[in-house]
Amino acid sequence: MSGHSTYLPQSGFAKWLEARLPIFSFVHGSFVAYPSPRNLNYWWTFGGILSLMLVVQLLTGIVLVMHYTPHADMAFKSVEALMRDVNYGWLLRYLHSNGASMFFVAVYIHMFRGLYYGSYKAPREVLWILGVIIYLLMMATGFLGYTLPWGQMSYWGATVITNFFSAFPFIGEPLVTWLWGGYAIGNPTLQRFFSLHYLLPFVIVGAVVLHVWALHVVGQNNPAGVEPRTAKDTVPFTPHAVTKDAVGMSLFLLFYCWFVFYTPNFLGHADNYIPANPGVTPAHIVPEWYYLPFYAILRAIPNKLMGVIALFASIGILAFLPWLDTSKVRSARYRPIYRQLFWIFVAVCLGLGWLGAKPAEGGYVLAARVLTIYYFAHFLIIMPLVGKLEKTRPLPNSISEDILGRKTVAAMLVAFAVFAAGLVGFAAPASAAGEHGAPVPPSLSWSFAGPFGKFDKAQLQRGFKIYKEVCAGCHGLGYVAFRNLAEPGGPGYSEAQAAAVAAEYNIKDGPNDAGDMFERPGRLADAFPSPFPNDNAARAANGGALPPDLSIIAKARTYERGFPWFLIDIVTQYQEQGPNYVTALLQGYEDAPGDFNLPAGANYNKYFPGHAIGMPQPLSDGQVTYEDGSPQTLEQYAKDVTAFLMWTAEPHLEARKRLGLQVMIFLLVLSGLLYFTKKRVWASAH
Amino acid sequence: MTTTMSSAEPTRRDFLYVATGAVAAVGTAAALWPFVSQMNPDASTVAAGVPIEVDLAPITEGQAIKVFWRGKPIFISHRSKKEIEAAQQVDARSLPDPQTDAQRVKEGHDQWLVVIGICTHLGCIPIAHQGEYDGFFCPCHGSVYDTSGRIRSGPAPANLAVPPYEFLSDSKVRIG
Repeated sequence: MSGHSTYLPQSGFAKWLEARLPIFSFVHGSFVAYPSPRNLNYWWTFGGILSLMLVVQLLTGIVLVMHYTPHADMAFKSVEALMRDVNYGWLLRYLHSNGASMFFVAVYIHMFRGLYYGSYKAPREVLWILGVIIYLLMMATGFLGYTLPWGQMSYWGATVITNFFSAFPFIGEPLVTWLWGGYAIGNPTLQRFFSLHYLLPFVIVGAVVLHVWALHVVGQNNPAGVEPRTAKDTVPFTPHAVTKDAVGMSLFLLFYCWFVFYTPNFLGHADNYIPANPGVTPAHIVPEWYYLPFYAILRAIPNKLMGVIALFASIGILAFLPWLDTSKVRSARYRPIYRQLFWIFVAVCLGLGWLGAKPAEGGYVLAARVLTIYYFAHFLIIMPLVGKLEKTRPLPNSISEDILGRKTVAAMLVAFAVFAAGLVGFAAPASAAGEHGAPVPPSLSWSFAGPFGKFDKAQLQRGFKIYKEVCAGCHGLGYVAFRNLAEPGGPGYSEAQAAAVAAEYNIKDGPNDAGDMFERPGRLADAFPSPFPNDNAARAANGGALPPDLSIIAKARTYERGFPWFLIDIVTQYQEQGPNYVTALLQGYEDAPGDFNLPAGANYNKYFPGHAIGMPQPLSDGQVTYEDGSPQTLEQYAKDVTAFLMWTAEPHLEARKRLGLQVMIFLLVLSGLLYFTKKRVWASAH
Repeated sequence: MTTTMSSAEPTRRDFLYVATGAVAAVGTAAALWPFVSQMNPDASTVAAGVPIEVDLAPITEGQAIKVFWRGKPIFISHRSKKEIEAAQQVDARSLPDPQTDAQRVKEGHDQWLVVIGICTHLGCIPIAHQGEYDGFFCPCHGSVYDTSGRIRSGPAPANLAVPPYEFLSDSKVRIG
């Protein structure tokens, strides 16, 4: 990878190996003695951060595969089983799902850094194009991975994205059928997506190796954009760049772990906790936040084929950047006009992302069209023209002349926070609530909210009583086992009490030796049985409406919090939209307004999307007897049963927050130590 | 981090480097633990591994049945008088894995042999009522067990293991 090696083997073995496989001198030349420009700022640590994230995704992904079942009938259940039963399964999955988002946060920062400092310009064109290829591979991998849990968003996201290919004339339809392995998305699609999701990360690894190779041939760019001339312009990669990268990685891990431990579902969609249903599309089908700008471009074009072409062109155009930018100067620092245009371009990308999450109607579409035109104009018109017309500022003669005294750390932290908040902000969960004029459920205070949140055991026990006496008549709790009632972090029953609860239920078992199915009392290992033998029976008994399983309902429902709350929620860790909605729904029954056309057999609920709900008001004052003196009111019932359902949805919530605190403290200490180590290492270099 | 440390006396710089390296190493080790721990049986597997009850009434003399507990086959053999005598008459001290028949069955229930049906050689399932001693014979590598499930010849190093079990009544056992 380089010709910089000054490595001299010392031991006999090292000399023997060096003559046969010069791997030590290779590592030494590429990662130890490798000269790194001494004026690199912290934006340059994102290359290392991306390598770290790639490793994290590979490790967690390989482990998830050990527990995942790639089958349309079992995938969703296997993911739930992973979250509930596997040791640290919830942690590994949240690391992987949030890790994908963090990978994209880091790659976007890495790309914008390249744009700002002109890192794509000669002689780094191939390096840049390899980066674009890696980015495309990441997008494909992220999309394939998101389909695997086989929830509603998985299924419909896969449907929408694969339908891109149906836009091509003549070959479109057969091409899509070929991609699906059927006449619709189904089990064959899931299995091939799983296979490819496992394959592509290793292709990414290969592309990253080429990327790093190209980097080590041409050398790193730097904020001044002038090439190193003398030895005084560079420092050895180890320890200088290594310690600096380590500081960046540690701070990035802090950011990452905040999401993993405190707001693990913020960047996902509540709808993906509903199992895939080929018969119903979610009200708002939105891709993951990292695709939103491109999704906005797709929807801005009124023609199907042209929309798809524009989408791919918006990414593909990046590969031509080295030739579209005509400026002789690399760094935007010395390009006063381009620098402003750069920030406008960043704002346009963020704006497109915001529009991608909005419904495709009215002013949103118009705005998306304007920004789409600007997006392409930035590359096709602005960059070639500005490069020729702009009067650049004088460049420093050398890197050592350029340096220092630049206190960029604090400014970078602020910029990073703003940038990251802007990126993740697109994730504002879109839900049907609020869109049909439904009132927003009131924000309640929950004992399990916030960094130190814990379930109130007495409340969970009361909530369980309500489930058992009221909800269980129609709703199953299929992902919850009786043994869970006695597990730590739950309602705090003893094992004997949980076994007694289990024995109250009849479980279908068999076949016995005679080949007959039979019923027996439940055991701790059994899951709560569904009140109906199958979905059709449940529909038939409930006027055509299917009472959903309640195991994960508290995570599968949400409503839009709106700007700026969805950003503030990241900081305050307010993640209780699901419980708020469930509580509000139980209390939201009222008489339909005169002009509302209520279908026969339906009931009016002001919080239910569309208001016509099949379920009649399930709870009312005094219906369930409490032994602990709590008020026997609808309001109390609603809160108690919701708290219980939050526990069934996230049984390891307490363990997650407890471990999160330990991880946060550890990473703060580590970041501090690394920072001072880095300062000491660099002290001699300045 | 091993760059310019040359002074013999520990300095503040050394301490900082060592402390940083140690904290980072501890963190890495701790972060690896979930990746190790997830390989252990999950909670549903553990919960499903509870004891099972088996009704012995349908098993006739001379018959051996196979039931499963924790995914392992358990042989329950209703031994005939001849089989019991053959098992008891052997001098235990002469065996590769010395055990008397009384040590391998429950007192007063001599006719019931309950063993884990996994050859102690390399895990194959032996076949009942086969082999030189009419006990169990493992077709994989030729280990021969007697009517008490004790290894008599072949490569297996130990007798067939006896699982934890107890008689709830004369015709019912709980295994596990």
